[in-house]
Amino acid sequence: MIANGVRVDDTFAEAFPMRATGLIVTADSLAWARQAAVTMTGFATSVIGCGCEAGIERELTEAETPDERPGVRVLLFAVSTSELQKQLQGRVGQCVLTSAGSACYAGLHGAEKLKLGDALRYFGDGWQISKRFGGKHYWRIPVMDGEFLCEATTGLTKEAVGGGNLLIMGASRRATLAAAEAAVKAIGRIADVIMPFPGGIARSGSKVGSKYKSVRASTNDAYCPTLRGAVRTALDPDVASVLEIVIDGLTPDAVAAAMRASLAAIVKLGAKRGAVRVSAGNYGGKLGPHHFHLRELLP
Amino acid sequence: MRPLVLALRGVPDQRLDLSGLVPQLIAGKTAAEIARIELQTTRVRATVGDLFQLRMGGAERIRIENACDRLDGIGHRMTGGEIVVEGSIGSQAGRLMAGGRLTIAGDVGPWAASGMRGGTIEIAGRAGDRLGGPLPGETAGMRGGVVIVRKDTGDRAGDRMRRGLILIEGGARRYAGCRMIAGTLVVRCAAGELPGYLMRRGSIVLADGAAELSPTFVDCGVHEVLALRVMARCVSAYSARLASVLRRPLRRLAGDMGVLGKGEIFTPP
Repeated sequence: MIANGVRVDDTFAEAFPMRATGLIVTADSLAWARQAAVTMTGFATSVIGCGCEAGIERELTEAETPDERPGVRVLLFAVSTSELQKQLQGRVGQCVLTSAGSACYAGLHGAEKLKLGDALRYFGDGWQISKRFGGKHYWRIPVMDGEFLCEATTGLTKEAVGGGNLLIMGASRRATLAAAEAAVKAIGRIADVIMPFPGGIARSGSKVGSKYKSVRASTNDAYCPTLRGAVRTALDPDVASVLEIVIDGLTPDAVAAAMRASLAAIVKLGAKRGAVRVSAGNYGGKLGPHHFHLRELLP
Repeated sequence: MRPLVLALRGVPDQRLDLSGLVPQLIAGKTAAEIARIELQTTRVRATVGDLFQLRMGGAERIRIENACDRLDGIGHRMTGGEIVVEGSIGSQAGRLMAGGRLTIAGDVGPWAASGMRGGTIEIAGRAGDRLGGPLPGETAGMRGGVVIVRKDTGDRAGDRMRRGLILIEGGARRYAGCRMIAGTLVVRCAAGELPGYLMRRGSIVLADGAAELSPTFVDCGVHEVLALRVMARCVSAYSARLASVLRRPLRRLAGDMGVLGKGEIFTPP
């Protein structure tokens, strides 16, 4: 398939079920809310090495947050409920609780819950205060700049999807990055998804396994342009650089919407200024139950 | 659907117990069955049919017209639906209420919302003593839900309150929030002597301060408490005046140090 000069492979992205949760982090200013969120979502690019995948879904205005201050919504994804609970508690405890003027609320609602303030309240050493109003439960934990206000629980979803992806291939690093940036910007407007890698972009896509026994994932040599002659390459002669966008979403529909938006952005940019080819990563369709076919997502 | 209307014919000769006239107990009954419900509190039998003019409608909404202060126990153990009362009523309105909405256009007597667990009570007039409080022998008062009083309350509003929200747009008399176990009490106008007397936990907000504060409360300074700001958003659905109070910096007094000391009273700076 060719759209605006961009070759789009007739393939699909293979994605996996994940557990996910959401948080709203607020502070006295958007800068400080972002600071807390960026800190807690650091080192959360891949469940393989980080325990969870996390990112800022969007910024929130004063009208959208429980305490009428600016904030951000953060999403976290993990492979099991217990790991998600562990990551949530550790990251909020070390990165949000410690951030100046912060507060933390549920960013996802549902029947199933994860502990938030319920797990962190013990930091109050007996001075923590429980408050219930408006059908919600909060913990007030005294800290040195006042109080850390934290909702007792947040929602858990088992319908989340991790690993939606696009492989963006360009004739130069600069053009490939331009296409990837356009895709990230487009996905930024889609609700309920995150892109966990730095700036939303991964340059070190991996394959399963390695020649080394202890290494579970290694470089995706078929997509490394400098190995084109040395390995069984997946690259065309005009491709000099490949970048990957990985998308995690609270629902399959959210991931599909994000992939659709990003494909549209890449195609709109065109082959001259951006990508010459777009593909997606899969394992033959045998491992992940969610298949996002690029053909169906094209604008 | 039209409400079920009970119009009181005149002031009754005895106090009446209306605890049986709640939506979940009336649902499915015919007019004749409702008319036979006994309300007396003395040996003189008095039924709904004797005392009220009944206009049938859906039991989910009950309207009591021409009410007087001899009607006790309205909304007792109510679990859902709505009761609207036109006029003032007697004691224990909304006692042990678990859900639904009770609206009273006039005043209420003592022990309104006593032991309440959920739902909403709105009182357009004054509330008597021990709003939300326990009856003698009970260990806790209000356990949940929201009570809004548009005018003043009597003594001991929120006595032994364990959970929930009491909003008073007028003033409160002596011992507001005494023996509180937890929960939140907000008073817009001045409170009487010794608010929070022997409170263990919980929050009392006195927007106009109190006539006399107990020396067993300690000054923690003036603060902008974020939890109150979050609460303001919830309170604004019931009272914009009280919500604005919660958004201001307030002086925090911790106490009552005579007991556990983990409660708090907020007063103007």
